[in-house]
Order: sequence, then structure tokens, then C-alpha cells
Amino acid sequence: MSLSLDQIRRIADLARIALAPGEAEQTRDQLNGIFGLIEAMQSAHTAGVEPMAHAQDLAQRLREDAVTETDRRAAFQRIAPQIEAGLYLVPKVIE
Amino acid sequence: MINASLKELSAALTGGQLSSVELTRLFLERIGKLNPALNAFITVDAEQSLAMARVADARIAKGEGGPLTGIPVAHKDIFCTEGWLTTCGSKMLSNFVSPYDATVIEHFKTAGAVTLGKTNMDEFAMGSSNETSFYGPVKNPWHPAAVPGGSSGGSAAAVAARLAPAATGTDTGGSIRQPAALCGLTGLKPTYGLVSRYGMIAFASSLDQAGPMAKSAEDCALLLNVMAGFDARDSTSLARPAEDYARDLAQPLAGLRIGLPKEFFAEGLSSDVARAVDAAIAEYRKLGAVTVDVSLPNMRLAVPAYYVIAPAEASSNLSRFDGARYGWRAPQYGDLADMYCQSRAQGFGAEVKRRILIGTYVLSHGYYDAYYLQAQRIRRLIAQDFVAAFRECDLIMGPTTPTVAFDLGDKAGDPVQMYLSDIYTIAVNLAGLPGLSLPCGAGAKGLPVGLQIIGNYFSEARMLNAAHRYQQTTDWHRRSPTL
Repeated sequence: MSLSLDQIRRIADLARIALAPGEAEQTRDQLNGIFGLIEAMQSAHTAGVEPMAHAQDLAQRLREDAVTETDRRAAFQRIAPQIEAGLYLVPKVIE
Repeated sequence: MINASLKELSAALTGGQLSSVELTRLFLERIGKLNPALNAFITVDAEQSLAMARVADARIAKGEGGPLTGIPVAHKDIFCTEGWLTTCGSKMLSNFVSPYDATVIEHFKTAGAVTLGKTNMDEFAMGSSNETSFYGPVKNPWHPAAVPGGSSGGSAAAVAARLAPAATGTDTGGSIRQPAALCGLTGLKPTYGLVSRYGMIAFASSLDQAGPMAKSAEDCALLLNVMAGFDARDSTSLARPAEDYARDLAQPLAGLRIGLPKEFFAEGLSSDVARAVDAAIAEYRKLGAVTVDVSLPNMRLAVPAYYVIAPAEASSNLSRFDGARYGWRAPQYGDLADMYCQSRAQGFGAEVKRRILIGTYVLSHGYYDAYYLQAQRIRRLIAQDFVAAFRECDLIMGPTTPTVAFDLGDKAGDPVQMYLSDIYTIAVNLAGLPGLSLPCGAGAKGLPVGLQIIGNYFSEARMLNAAHRYQQTTDWHRRSPTL
């Protein structure tokens, strides 16, 4: 398997990571090296094996539908890049 | 004093020979003197540490101290610590003063331990050499040209150089055991779910687990007693009765069945590490243990499966870093999508970006079955290999790493070579089992060698017992680098 430059740009776009000029080529070469390692998986016989998502057989716990957190908006917004009147500011999304 | 065990330090504190303020100052002074060369700490805040030490002294004076009250502990910078810069080794969080405490930090505070500082680490715990940190590489105290291992390299270097009596680490594919091995420490990755992940910045949530890094198994047991416990804020935390992990330390090892997986002693293991590990196994036989040959036939698939599963989970976990609510935001951007793309391009380093891209790809439409599901099936096969092996033995032993500490720069340009340095540790995380590394000899250039002990689920007390008994008859764990 070998990734193309278009695939690298597509993945970077999905991952919301801007690529600098020339970065796509370098990334492609490194990722292809890593996928060379990963390809060893394809030789394993896994038909009928149940995929294992997790180390423990756990079910999500339920809890009472009650308020458990306190309002700490001021503390959280103190570390925000840009706020105004208690709101997080980002570029305009809707015209 | 810098070489004292936690038990000895606690006795000195409660006996009044020493105050926590004096002890904290002693380590802060060592950090001031030695850290510029080692780069083990990202953040030191003497004022906050000494304030905690004064509170601990008051508590001890009232007779209300516990085993860790007044003892300084360094925390990996992956644990959110209220009022402390918490960077995870990344530019992305280089301005993040945490507004809350991780559960692990909370547990140490409740125990009265003193936060000595935040230790350097590979960016977002992605690395095996500490070279991916935004804050620069950590030096191995045993040799300035060598890496300390990673990702908990700062914690390992800090304890090895006696800049801290003990430290915390996290282990997703070997990040406690590998640096513990390369720096001559004892480090334990507990069973998945034993220690809360709340406030521990997530890398691969189904694999991440926190644990202690210290000078001995006994110290690790005391630290784990404080770290472990059910936490409703972590959905994968296990509700189990509390245990005293130090309870079996002194038990004899007669009749202990040690499994030796042939895959751990095959091609790729360097001869100096093999010699030290063989000698340690011989010592265990002298202590009354018997050895049996076992096999983990799917071991060779562990690294490939890990490099699908861990990046997949990472790409999802790291999507939260968007420059909107906290962390790095690019100084210049156009629309919202551009703000995300620029902030993430600037805030993440090369290795983190690589893993996010791998994860995004293996989870994307058309590739999910071939990569992600196949990796999860292999994960099951690996876990079943361990189940079969533990029918034949009580504990598994082998090397922690294929070589002693390699040199800075040796593998930094070759991700695949770097990934293979975790060849013996990764399978343990995939299965969710506990793993421990303890020093068992000196290899090339006199660098430490780690013996890995793998236990069945929840057998931490047994593993610590085996490590402790070995440390009663050997002195590898007492050796420290000359600085």
C-alpha cells in the first residue's frame, strides 16, 4: 500500500491540520514507512475473531439525572484565547 | 537523604528529625543545580511546593500524617494540576494553567504529598525518547549523550538523578516501563482501570494508565496505594475494594512459576540486555522460583496493531484542541476552519501530527475494516495468548527493552525504528495487563538494564512482592549515576 499526495492532503484536511509547502511530500514518505510496518497485520488470520475494543468488559455506568458540577465559567474563560461578555470569540460562521 | 526510601523519609518526618519544608528545599536546591543540564522538569514553583510542605508539617505535628504526608513527588506534565502550568510537553498547551486537578493529583494532595514540580515528557506522551517534547529533550542522568526513554522521560530522569524521591508517569505502550528501564528505576503500569484517568490528558483512552516511578518496588507499592481507586468521573474506572499493595512484599517466592516467553528472547534482543536478564532469572531460581517456557505467538503483531489503535484513538482525543476555548491559537487566520487548521498546524509537533494523520486515515471511510477492525481482532488474539500463558505460570518475565538507552538523535529521524523500541511493552497495554520494570544489571557503557515482570489482571501485589524480594538480595536498584 502506498499513500498518494492527494490522499495526504485529504487526510490533513479531515484532521484540520494545515500543511506547509513541501510538508505533504515528507509526510507521505514517513506515513508510507509506518504503513509498511502496519501491513504485517494483514497476514494474520482473524476470521471469526471478535474485535476487542477494550481491556475490560465494562458497560457504561448510569447515574442519577442530577446536577453534579458547579458553575466555573469564569475560571475556564480566564484561560481562553479570546472572550467577550462571557462568550468565546471565534471567526464569524454565519453571514 | 536523597537516597532514602519513602518509608525512611516518612519515619524521619514523623520522628521530627526532618521537616517537609527542609526536605522540599533540599530537592528544590538539587533541581536548581542539576536540572539545567538534565531538563527533567518543565515547571518548578518553589512557592507553591513550600506552601504545601508547611501544611504537611502542620498535619504531621498534629499526628494526622499518613505514609506519604510531607513527601515531595514530581508529576508528569500530563496530569492537570490546578494553578500549575500543565503543558503535556506541547506548544498547544504551553499557556494552559489548569483550572482543576486530575484525580491522581487530588489523591496525592489528600495524602499530604508535596507537588515538587511538573516533569518533561514526549509531546502528548507520543514518543520513546523524550525528544518530541516542545520543551526540548531530557538527558539520561547515567550518560549525557543517551536518551532517558519516553514518554515519561522527565519523571525517570528526575528520580534517577535524585531530584525527586518519587514521580508519577503514564503508560500507553511502555511509557512508564521503558524509561524506568533506561534510567535504572522501578516503574509499574497497573491493570487498566485501576488508576483514574480523569484529568490525565488523553492519548489512547483504551490503553492509557497511570502508575508510579520510584527507586524500589516498596516505594511503588506505597505510591500505588495512594493512586489507585474507583472514580465515578472516569467511565472505565473499576469499582473494586481497596487493596494494600504492600501487603505481600515480604512473602517468600518458593514455588513461584515464572513464564519465559520465547518471543522475548529471540532475534532483536541485544546481548548485554540478554545477559543481565538471564542473570536476574537465575537469581529468581535461587529465591525458589521455577521457570517454565511459554509462548506468545502473536507478539510480532503487537507493534503493528498498536500503531493503528493508538493513533486512531489519539486522532479522536486530540480533536478537542481547536484553539477556541483554551490552548494555542494561531496569531493569524481567516475563517473558522482556517483558525482550526493553523492553530493545530502550529500547536502540534511533527510526531503528534503524524499520529493524528495515521489515525484519521485508518478510521476513514473504506479503510476502517482493513485497519481498525483488523487491529482490534489482533488485539483479541494477543490478549488470548496471555490468558493461555498464565495457565502455565504466575508471572511472566523478560526484558523491558531490546537495548539499553540509545543516543539522542539516533532514532529521532526514523519513526519506525523508534516504534520498535517498545516491542516488549506494547502487548501488555493491548491486553490491559499490569507490567513492571525493575533494574537488573548494567549493559553497554554501564547503562541500566530493565527486567520486565508481567502479571495477570489485578496481580500488582504479587508482582511487587517478586520485585521486592529480588531487591532484598541484589543492589541494582540502589545504584545511582554520578552527577
